Amino acid sequence: MTAPDRRLDWLGDSAMRLELPAGDDLSDSRRMRHICHKLDEMMAAGQLPGLRELVPALRSITLLFDPQQADPESWRDRLLALAEDGPDQSLGDRIREIPVCFDGDFSPDLSNLAANTGTDGRTFIDRFLAAPVQVLMLGFLPGFAYLGSLPSHCQAPRLATPRAKMPAGSVAIAGSQCAVYPWESPGGWNLIGRTPIRLFNKADPTAPVWLRPGDRIAWRRIDRATFDSWPA
Amino acid sequence: MSFALTIIDPGIATSVQDQGRFGLRRFGVPQAGALDPLLLRAVNHLLGNPPGSAGLEILVVGPTLAAGERPIALALGGEISGEIFCSDGSRQNVTAWHGFVLRPGERIRIGAVRRGTAYLAVSGGLQTEFSLGSRSTYRRAGLGTALTESRLLPCGQAQDHFTAPPWQNETGAIRLLRGPQHRHFTDEAAAILVSHPYRVASNSDRMGLRLKGPILNHTSLGAECATEAVLPGLIQVPADGQPILLLADSQTTGGYAKIAAVISADLPRLGHLRAGDSLDFRWVEREEALAALARERDRFALWQQRIGRAFAAIDAAALYGNNLISGMTAGGDE
Repeated sequence: MTAPDRRLDWLGDSAMRLELPAGDDLSDSRRMRHICHKLDEMMAAGQLPGLRELVPALRSITLLFDPQQADPESWRDRLLALAEDGPDQSLGDRIREIPVCFDGDFSPDLSNLAANTGTDGRTFIDRFLAAPVQVLMLGFLPGFAYLGSLPSHCQAPRLATPRAKMPAGSVAIAGSQCAVYPWESPGGWNLIGRTPIRLFNKADPTAPVWLRPGDRIAWRRIDRATFDSWPA
Repeated sequence: MSFALTIIDPGIATSVQDQGRFGLRRFGVPQAGALDPLLLRAVNHLLGNPPGSAGLEILVVGPTLAAGERPIALALGGEISGEIFCSDGSRQNVTAWHGFVLRPGERIRIGAVRRGTAYLAVSGGLQTEFSLGSRSTYRRAGLGTALTESRLLPCGQAQDHFTAPPWQNETGAIRLLRGPQHRHFTDEAAAILVSHPYRVASNSDRMGLRLKGPILNHTSLGAECATEAVLPGLIQVPADGQPILLLADSQTTGGYAKIAAVISADLPRLGHLRAGDSLDFRWVEREEALAALARERDRFALWQQRIGRAFAAIDAAALYGNNLISGMTAGGDE
C-alpha cells in the first residue's frame, strides 16, 4: 500500500488481507458474515473488477485477485470503511442437529479431558452437549467448520503429538473450539466422539457444505446401534 | 463410437488435473490443479485444446494407455518420453513436444519423468467428470476421477496435432515478497532465507514442500497467528524454524506465521521440485513481481506463435501420411 494501514496487508502479489479488530468470537463471526455478504454483492455488481474470490476467516478476510486485471489499491478505502461496519443483527441463524456417538473407541481422549477438568467422562459429555456452539468459520479441509466458543470447563489444549489419522466424522476439541472432521486426516485435536453424518456434498457446486458460518449446533447423543445403522 | 483411452496401468503419482478449482476456498476446498499450470496449457496447445483443458499430471512414472475404437491425438510435455506398441508388434518411441496419434489397437507406455513434473494432453482435453466445477483431482475429498486399472478416460475427437520447441520456465533464484507475518521473524531470519540454499525434504507432496536448511527464528510474536487464509506460494514457518512452501493442494486456512510469498510468476517452477532438490530465494518488491508476471505472459504468447509457425511451415496432411510427427509405422485401421 502507498500509505500502509496495519489493517490491510498483501499476501503475495495476488491476494490482500483485511484484518478486523478482535472482539468475542460470536460477534466477530456475525460481522464477518455481514462483510462477506457486502463484498459478494460488490463483486456481483462488478465494483471490484479482477477479484476472484473471498476467503473469510474469523478476524480477517482475504481477497484473491488477478494481479493483471485488478487494481487492489483502489479498493482500499471501501475495504477499510467496510471494516468499520458493525455486525448485522438481522442475520438469522440456522440450527443444525448433529448426532454424536461417544462410544469408547470413538472417544480415546475423553477420559483425559475429563480428568484434566476434574470430572468423569459422563459429566464431561453432559457439559459438552449443553454448551451452545456456533459455526465461527470454515477452512482447513472441505466442509471443516470451526465451532465455538466452548466454556472453560470443556476446553483442552491440542495434543502434543498430532494423530496421523483422525477418522472422518471425528468430533474433537482444541482450545475453546470444537470441530467435526469431514474427512480422514491428520489432526491434533482431542477426539471425544463421532458423527455418522456427511458434512460435504460434492454433487452441489453452489453449496457443497452442510455447515455454514453462523449455524447453531444442536448435538444429539446417539448410541452405538444407532450410529452403526445410520444410512450412508 | 466413443473417443476414449483405457488405463492399462495408472503409473505412479499420476493424476487428472486442469487449471484448478476456484471460488470454493470459503468452503474449505483447496484449488488443486496442475502444479505447473502453464506447462499443462502449453501441452494442450499442441493439440489445439482450449487453455482450461484437463490432462494427466505425471510426478513419477507415467501410465500405460490403450486406444479404443477411435484414434486419439496425444502430446507430452516435460522431461519425459513414451513408447508406442503398434498392432503389428513393432515399437515406436515418442518424445515430448511433438503431438502424435494413438490408433485403435495401439498402446502407449509413458516412462518415468527424468526430472520435474510432466503432462500428457489428449485430443479435446480429458473429458473426465467435473467435481465442483473442475476436473482436478483432490484425493482427500474424493474430487476428480481416480486413475485405476481398466478405467476409461473419455477424450475428444483427434484434430490437429502440432510440434513446438519445449516450453521452459525461467531459471535463477525464486523471488519472494515479504509475508504477512514478517514481524514474527527476526531480521536475521529474513537474511538467512535468501543467503542459504534450502533443500526439499522427502515428506513433501502436492500440499507443500517441506524445506530443510538453517533455522528461521521467530521474534517474541511466535510461530502462530490467528487462523487465516493461506495460498499456494506462501512460506509458513512452524516453531521448529523449518519453512513449508505451500503448493496447489494446500489447505485453505492456517495458523502458522508466514515469512514470505513466492511471486506468481515463479509458482509454476515450484511444481518441479523433488526431495533432495535445493532452491535459492531472493527478496523482491511488488513492482518486480508484477513485471515478472507480465513478462511470463509475453514469453508464453511468443512461444505460442512458434507452434503456429511450425505448423504453417509444414503440410500437415503430408506429415501425417508419412508418419513423421509420430514416428509411427503403419498401425491399425481407422
